[in-house]
Amino acid sequence: MKPQMINATPSRRSVLKGLTAGGALAVGGFPGFLQAQSSAPIKLGFQLHRTGIGAAYGRWYERTTQAALKRLNEAGGINGRPVEVIFEDDGTDPKRGSEVVEKLASQHGCDAIFGPLFSHVVIGSAPRAGELKVPYLVCSEGFHVASGMLNRWTLQPGITDVRAQVTAMAPWVTQTLGKKVTMVFPDYAFGHDHRDFFTAAVEAQGGEVIAQLAIPPTETSFTRYFPRIPAETEVLYHVMVGPAVLTFVKELGEFYGSGEKPQIFGFIDSLEAVDLASPGLEFLEGTHFWEGQCRTQQPDATEAEIAYRAAVGVDANGASVADPKDISTYSHMFSCWETLFILKAGMEAAGYQSTADRKKLVEAIEAMTTMSAGTEHPQGDKRFNGKTHQVFGHQFISRVEGGKLIRVHTTSLEDGMYDDMVDYTTQSF
Amino acid sequence: MKALALHLALIGALLAVQVVLPPYHYTNVARVMVLAVYAMGYNIAFGYTGLLSLGHALFFAAGMYATGLAVHSAPALLALPLGMLAGAAMALAVGLLALRTAGVAFMIVTLMFAQAGYLTILYYGPVTGGDEGFVLAREARMLAGLDLSADGPRYLTALAIFGVALLANLALVRSGFGRVMVAMRENEERSRMLGYDPFRTKLIALTLSGLYSGTAGAAYALMFGYVGASFAAIQYSILPLLWVLLGGAGTVLGPFFGALLMFYLIDLSSSVTDASNLVVGVALLVLVLFAPKGILGTIRERGARWLP
Repeated sequence: MKPQMINATPSRRSVLKGLTAGGALAVGGFPGFLQAQSSAPIKLGFQLHRTGIGAAYGRWYERTTQAALKRLNEAGGINGRPVEVIFEDDGTDPKRGSEVVEKLASQHGCDAIFGPLFSHVVIGSAPRAGELKVPYLVCSEGFHVASGMLNRWTLQPGITDVRAQVTAMAPWVTQTLGKKVTMVFPDYAFGHDHRDFFTAAVEAQGGEVIAQLAIPPTETSFTRYFPRIPAETEVLYHVMVGPAVLTFVKELGEFYGSGEKPQIFGFIDSLEAVDLASPGLEFLEGTHFWEGQCRTQQPDATEAEIAYRAAVGVDANGASVADPKDISTYSHMFSCWETLFILKAGMEAAGYQSTADRKKLVEAIEAMTTMSAGTEHPQGDKRFNGKTHQVFGHQFISRVEGGKLIRVHTTSLEDGMYDDMVDYTTQSF
Repeated sequence: MKALALHLALIGALLAVQVVLPPYHYTNVARVMVLAVYAMGYNIAFGYTGLLSLGHALFFAAGMYATGLAVHSAPALLALPLGMLAGAAMALAVGLLALRTAGVAFMIVTLMFAQAGYLTILYYGPVTGGDEGFVLAREARMLAGLDLSADGPRYLTALAIFGVALLANLALVRSGFGRVMVAMRENEERSRMLGYDPFRTKLIALTLSGLYSGTAGAAYALMFGYVGASFAAIQYSILPLLWVLLGGAGTVLGPFFGALLMFYLIDLSSSVTDASNLVVGVALLVLVLFAPKGILGTIRERGARWLP
């Protein structure tokens, strides 16, 4: 037998453990709240954009998650254990995001963390999640997961990424609306993803992007950009986010007035949490939008989708049932609901008991392939690629009719798929 | 001697306290030490020399991006000093132009330079990662054999950088040049009449300030594995000002205590209210009304006059 070295110097952790144990004994033996491992609640951390630029999304992400949590616990929780979700505001800031990951994992002892949307927050936080070895499930639609930039612990199983979204829609846009496209997008990474992937997808369909108008992120008025839209443009593709979105859309309407205009195709990101009936948006009548999930309840809505809408508190127009002016971020927020149920499925498949099983949880999610539409996936069925940690779902194209978004096309799962750029399963934990 | 002992005691306390810090606070204190280096740099310009800059995020980001980009092809041991130099060089370049102005004009010019730097980062997205930024691989974060993605080495590296920066700061403000810096803050015209060159003094002070800021940015990138444009945005120019005001402008220890208190003020308040920024605002108002010289400044005023 090999002799073991006994280290006389206590390590930081051993001292910490000793002090903790001593403290527990000092206050009168073992506290009464200690429970058997199997009945203690599973703790999940939610990294929430409660303040900052993502606050409109954060408000609805929290409501959606609370509704999903209620449903989950009513149905018996995970592995028979109740589930608790701890929300922490990251201010939509990458530095704070990283600190929040730390807080949720180390201070609250969460089993897994999920929920962030904004790409820079995800990219800023993912390294810390990897270091802490905590499963980090993002609801971001950014291409950064499947691009291979992140790590084994970061997954996006609840929402399709932007590359797949634009790739899936390009065939319908070029075949139905026109082949000569002008793109208007914000001049930073989110806009560049649209520029690069949509341009490539349009060209693959025999179309052509004839102009690309990049709008600087500090811009507050857009009128000087619109004259640069070529007259021969058949489709104007726009995607804007941030506080100036409403101004952008209104000024676009003023630019074209009642005159002739190209077909207009926009990402609903431009108008998430914005009422289509807002003054100045009348010109959007007859234009088309991408939607991740249809804001207006469609006549063929599934029972699962109707139940989801009711559980979250969203009416048939996509607004809060408590306040018709409070418009939801319907195209994105389903990802929180679905991610929570993916955590349930993953934990149950992994036989998850404690944080020691986090690796098993990641491996269980990586092993997932198809996700069937239903209560747990109200947006629709999906296919998960365990190698790239990215899910692929259906995308919807809707037309504005009478101030409502009416679905005119649904893409197939295959429409958005692309070659793998990474195999996370080959990376070590 | 008393002052040196106090500063050494703080470094010793930070070395000792790591044994009992819970994991969450262990990383937080490491983070605060790096940010305190940034605040110390700001304090050299603002607290000691009277240069109220609104553009220090540019120097922090220069260090962060120089190191973050260099580490793709060079070892961290080379990338770290490169980031430090980038912060100093950026401050020197900005100083050569901005120090032709003073007061409000200096604030605006530095703000504009920082904004131009921020937009440059966004525009050169293929190199800088734009608004999303980029992550540093674990292998790239090995500093002379120390894995900075691990808690222990990260804390000790942060402490080493903080300790050197603190003692150098103490030596600076107690040196003859440090007194000239304070003379510039108090009465530039009189200093000029005594034969000191205000432009040269302020330029050196701003460059040293940039060196500290760049060091903090470079260290932050290596320790936390992320480089992003948000660190070049306006709020990261305002934050060191707030840390310094809270801790005590013109005190060597003030920036550390300011950064520490502000960190925990935000951390604790954001757990109980959406309005954490309001809590910070109220705290600053209270400070301005009842302790305008900050925590250490007030202590110095009320007895501990030997505090540097």
